[in-house]
Amino acid sequence: MKRHVVMVAAAAALAAGATAAEVAPMEVKWDEDGSIAESLTGTPGDPASGAKIMTTNALGNCVACHEIGAMPDVPFQGNIGPALDGAADRWTEAQLRGLVVDAKRTFEGTFMPGMYKTGPFTRPGDAYTGKAAPADLMPILSAQQIEDVVAYLLTLKE
Amino acid sequence: MTLRYSRTTIAAAAALAIGAGAAWAEPVDDTLIVNEEITIKTRAEAPAHLEGALPELYSGWHFREDDTRKMQMDDFDNPNFVFLEQGLDQWSVAEGTENKSCADCHGDIEESMKGVRAVMPKVNAAGALWSMEDYINDCRTNRMGAEAWKWNSQDMKNMTLAISLQSRGMPMNVAIDGPAAEFWERGKEMYYTRFGQLEMSCANCHEDNWGNFIRADHLSQGQINAFPLYRLKDAGVVSIHQRFVGCVRDTRAETFAAGSQEFRELELYVASRGQGLDIEGAGVRH
Ligand code: HEC
Ligand code: HEC
Repeated sequence: MKRHVVMVAAAAALAAGATAAEVAPMEVKWDEDGSIAESLTGTPGDPASGAKIMTTNALGNCVACHEIGAMPDVPFQGNIGPALDGAADRWTEAQLRGLVVDAKRTFEGTFMPGMYKTGPFTRPGDAYTGKAAPADLMPILSAQQIEDVVAYLLTLKE
Repeated sequence: MTLRYSRTTIAAAAALAIGAGAAWAEPVDDTLIVNEEITIKTRAEAPAHLEGALPELYSGWHFREDDTRKMQMDDFDNPNFVFLEQGLDQWSVAEGTENKSCADCHGDIEESMKGVRAVMPKVNAAGALWSMEDYINDCRTNRMGAEAWKWNSQDMKNMTLAISLQSRGMPMNVAIDGPAAEFWERGKEMYYTRFGQLEMSCANCHEDNWGNFIRADHLSQGQINAFPLYRLKDAGVVSIHQRFVGCVRDTRAETFAAGSQEFRELELYVASRGQGLDIEGAGVRH
């Protein structure tokens, strides 16, 4: 697994104009193993909102690739990645945050997209329009949405 | 390739996960016989140049529902034929400053166009890689003095359907050596490039994960032997490049244009991945 250098200090995040406590995608503080210890927002995640994000196509759409037995009402769950049941038994909060922000730091070359990542990409687009991305390409999920998803994942114990 | 699940791991994991919902699903075990007389080869041995990337080739037909597969088994039920027949009619319509039709130069479409789909795209006399659409427009502009058709126009699709039908039941057999080799190499590189904000390559879906489900979609090997094909979801005929545009766009990427050099090269490479599968003439997908 590739090691990445921690990029910028939290002070710079403030200067960059993000919401007071919010960590911008390029300023995330990674640990060697692909985990992120610190909350991206300082505001506790809401698991109910996390569940919604994970099952909404236009948001996380995690169920496109993962089965979640705890969500029996969600139709057509994909099977590209491992089932997420018991994820909180296998991973710590910091590891789960890292997996959702950019799983490629944990699993090199994985198929799973980085949900809080703004580059570098090859020919990034403007969402699903097929057009070129704007200069200020937004991550797929916001910092608080990431925290909400992590909060939901932490409920997945067997 | 990068780290990924092997097919056996997926199968084992899916077996454990049974009860949770979807599981890896075999391509449907069925035989495509059209009009009760033409048997189409929809599975084939993988060609050597794939170097083991696919254990066996399957047409996308095997990954669709029973109703969809059935629509392709009888030309009366196949929604392509309304358009295909317009293409057949167009074949003998004189147009342009030369007042000539395709038939004036090529004669009977059933004879002159037999096998053409199976070798497309190919390198032309001037050394450029051309798709069928390019050859058609070359005749229109240079020999008929007529206007070029847009790549994804209905006129163009009608004609490519009519021409493709003449190769129905013949195996895909594109040239990838000699002058085609450099185009093929570039197409291959593109196939494995991870595009867009989702950082996904063609191979991620159609090589690493065929047989798996992305939400409700049963992923096929992304073969092009059935193109142009009728897509029920779009209620219309879809060209090869049009499908590529859609798949690249779905990776949250800036896509390439239909008719771009990049897509011609990708078309050649993807065609070569289906070498040995029969041309379906007019596929139906959902
Ligand atoms: C396009 C496919 C895809 C999407 C979309 C996706 N994942 Fe994944 N995910 C994977 C794959 C594949 C792995 C396995 C890592 C590997 O070995 O490459 C994985 C691994 C994981 C893991 C660790 C697996 C475990 O339980 O041990 C977690 C947790 C996870 N994903 C959560 C999510 C969440 C949350 C989302 C949505 C916000 C999501 N994934 C969206 C493909 C995907
Ligand atoms: C995010 C996943 C994904 C990626 C990446 C992707 N595709 Fe697809 N592709 C699909 C889905 C879903 C379908 C429809 C179901 C099927 O046939 O697999 C499809 C269908 C196709 C088909 C139609 C097959 C048929 O018989 O109807 C072709 C051809 C194809 N893809 C080629 C490509 C090429 C070439 C690339 C890369 C430029 C690519 N795809 C990238 C998901 C993807």
